[in-house]
Amino acid sequence: MNFSNIILIPLIPLAVFLLLGIFNQKIKPSVSGYIGVFGLLASTILSFHTAYNYFFVNASESGAYQTFVEKTVWMNFTDTLRIDMGVLIDPISVMMLIVVSIVSLMVHIYSRGYMKGDDGYTKFFAFLSLFSFSMYGLVLATNLFQIYIFWELVGVSSYLLIGYYYTKESAVAAAKKAFIVTRFADLGFLIGILIVGYYTGTYDFETLNNPEGSAILNWASTSFMGLSVLTWALILIFIGGAGKSAMFPLHIWLPDAMEGPTPVSALIHAATMVVAGVYLVARLFPMYYFVEDGFALNIVAFVGAFSSLFAAIIAITQTDIKRVLAFSTMSQLGYMMLALGVSGYDGHEGLGYMASMFHLFTHAMFKALLFLGAGSVIHAVHSNYLKDMGGLRKYMPITNITFLIAALAIAGVPPFAGFFSKDEILVAAFEHNKLIYFIGVFVAGLTAFYMFRIYFGIFWGKDTKYEHKPQESPISMTFPLMVLALLSIVGGFIPFSKYVTVDKAGFEAHLNYPLAAVAVGVGLLGIVLAWVFYKKENDLSDKFANFFGPFYKWTSDKFYFDEIYLFVTKKILFKRVAAPIAKFDKKYVDGTMVGIGNTTVLASEKIKGMQSGKVQDYAFAFIAGVVILAIIFIYLWTN
Amino acid sequence: MIAGISIYEILTVTSILFFVGVYGFITRKNLISILISVELILNASAINFVVINKYLYPDMLEGVLFSIFIIAVAAAETALAVSIIINLYRQISSVEVKDVETMKY
Amino acid sequence: MERIIFYILALIMVVFAIASVTSRKMLRSVIYLLFVLCGIAGVYFMIDYNFLAAIQLTVYAGGIIVLIIFSVILVHHIEMELEIARISRQIITGLACIIGLSVFLTTIYSHEFRVVENSITTTTADIGTKLLSYDAGGFILPFEVISILLLAAMVGAIVIAKGKKLENKTDEL
Repeated sequence: MNFSNIILIPLIPLAVFLLLGIFNQKIKPSVSGYIGVFGLLASTILSFHTAYNYFFVNASESGAYQTFVEKTVWMNFTDTLRIDMGVLIDPISVMMLIVVSIVSLMVHIYSRGYMKGDDGYTKFFAFLSLFSFSMYGLVLATNLFQIYIFWELVGVSSYLLIGYYYTKESAVAAAKKAFIVTRFADLGFLIGILIVGYYTGTYDFETLNNPEGSAILNWASTSFMGLSVLTWALILIFIGGAGKSAMFPLHIWLPDAMEGPTPVSALIHAATMVVAGVYLVARLFPMYYFVEDGFALNIVAFVGAFSSLFAAIIAITQTDIKRVLAFSTMSQLGYMMLALGVSGYDGHEGLGYMASMFHLFTHAMFKALLFLGAGSVIHAVHSNYLKDMGGLRKYMPITNITFLIAALAIAGVPPFAGFFSKDEILVAAFEHNKLIYFIGVFVAGLTAFYMFRIYFGIFWGKDTKYEHKPQESPISMTFPLMVLALLSIVGGFIPFSKYVTVDKAGFEAHLNYPLAAVAVGVGLLGIVLAWVFYKKENDLSDKFANFFGPFYKWTSDKFYFDEIYLFVTKKILFKRVAAPIAKFDKKYVDGTMVGIGNTTVLASEKIKGMQSGKVQDYAFAFIAGVVILAIIFIYLWTN
Repeated sequence: MIAGISIYEILTVTSILFFVGVYGFITRKNLISILISVELILNASAINFVVINKYLYPDMLEGVLFSIFIIAVAAAETALAVSIIINLYRQISSVEVKDVETMKY
Repeated sequence: MERIIFYILALIMVVFAIASVTSRKMLRSVIYLLFVLCGIAGVYFMIDYNFLAAIQLTVYAGGIIVLIIFSVILVHHIEMELEIARISRQIITGLACIIGLSVFLTTIYSHEFRVVENSITTTTADIGTKLLSYDAGGFILPFEVISILLLAAMVGAIVIAKGKKLENKTDEL
């Protein structure tokens, strides 16, 4: 394994970030666009090279893929408890390298067209490169602390990119919300890391994940309130992952994060950053599976399933197309989490794990495509809302076809990519927990329905009269759409189970025809319903919505979770907890300091009076001083 | 030396004079009164020189001559002090100590 | 006999000194000082330092007292009742002085003075010779310096106390 090449993968975007950041004002925008794209292109080529080497050239004799680690000690606590910086190469990290590279490269090319003419063009590419660097570092991390460091870096990049339109108040608020919610979740993550480090004596992934290692074998040694401490640690780490992956109830930041430019939404909030939580659980999967017989894993499954259902219901009623896509992302991430949750460990038992990673891969492709397509539409129509769109198929053919391909993929229609990955997830769920299976099927139907609702709403539906005739986007924007569409079509045929599995030995996955038929049927049902409601302009959808009455309003207001959070933070935390503490600080702590200052001033006023200008007082001091000195030196100084 | 008087008694007297002068210097409120107290102090120290000379070193004359110089210097100093007081009186029409306290914080 | 005279003189000196610093009338304070100075001259006479006693009477009692009286007249304070300091100040100062006095006296009384018994009378000629002698131990240099000091004092006193009227007159001239 040529580690010097692998190290270059994150370092090239870092160099681009520093270059564009330092010379921000001096580089012409077109040049910075090229620098960004070529930097990512180099990283992409290196990623593909690494993947080719890992999966094909270095395929080992025993049939299992080996883990390659190269690390250096960064901070030493004890012999085993260290923080290293290094590179970990195993199937999922190589797969993530490919995903991040492809999507990031496509977003870079797309941004050259989308952000053209914007003032902060160079800054945008600098931030995109910073994000790419952080994401690469995250997937290549060798230990818990390293992943935490890059986790935070990714969060910072997300904050910078969401708040890119910094003059817009809503964008600034959304950036703050995203950062604060994920930071709050990361508190749990950090506590979990510390517990793991304390009780197992190591942060290193290889040591922790070893099924015969002391970390896993001794999980029952210390207990706290009925559960092993390691279970608590894993639940806390999952909370961190849930924050980044927008699982319920830490999902509130993801819809608001759509305030950022659309390429940002495509890169960060669809394909790469939000899957960091899934990646974290997958990285620690042996611990999740073996500790306390998978107690934490059950929690993962149910949280994933519930988030998936919750998001799908809300997505049906949203009118901003980016919000629909955001909730769709949350729903699909729920799928990935629940697939991990129902997974086993050996061979075919590990179907859920494999399906989750496969869905991560395909979802990145078609969700990025959906976002970029939506961006293309928004760029042409200058509005985010469904009511301002309609009949765009006549004006934007390429966007129409690619969006359709992506919608078919996410709905799970064969032979597009989403069908294969979603099917594997449903098979794994069926074999493990029927309730989760039924939730999954229902959500599949809802997914098809809301996705085609917006497809028909944008490209068919009513014939809106536009003030400026919408034009197809330039080639810099349509080229990535076409590449991603191609990947959405052929991506499903990759035999993922041969490459990415839990125990790193491939297995053969077969298509389970009855369950596949159920999934496809449900998807087609959703498409048909959407066709009926939305393809031609009619008011069937409004009548249907009124049938549900107040429930419809609750759903379209996202079940008021934002309001609940705002209430708790503003009325309770700020007013009752933070404000009294602030008052105490101001009155007593500050008061003490000011009091010390005042005392000094008073003392100096008194001392000042000694220089009164009266000669007689001086003479008195003189005489008294002489007498005292005489007494001391003649009588008291016994030397 | 004075027959029958030991040196201690004379030194006692001069010390009392000295401290009476110090008391007057610190207590009085009129500039001329302060001048008078200073004269007392100077005189007390002059007697000290003379008496020590006479009692302990009778064949040397340093004490006497030093006292002559003390008297000369005291005269010069008093003359200057009076001229300053007069000048000050012309400026502020007062010779009270409390009116000359301007050189302070 | 000398003892009685000395005690009377000492009593005069101390009483009039205290009266001088506590008197409320300006002129009386000056006259009490005059009496103190005369008492001191008396003590000088008793120690056989006649020249010094004469100088004391001439310069001090004659010159300086007259000077002070003239200044009292010039500042119109002859008939004035002087203020005295407030009680707290008097007590504190008195206390300090008494403590100082006791320190002095303790030191003096605990020291062994090697008194040389004699009755040498110093003549004016001795003092004059010593004053103007060039030998080691001669006071010629201080003599010259003190004459310059007196000159400087005279000039300085005139300059300080000149006043505007005199200035205008010299300008007109």
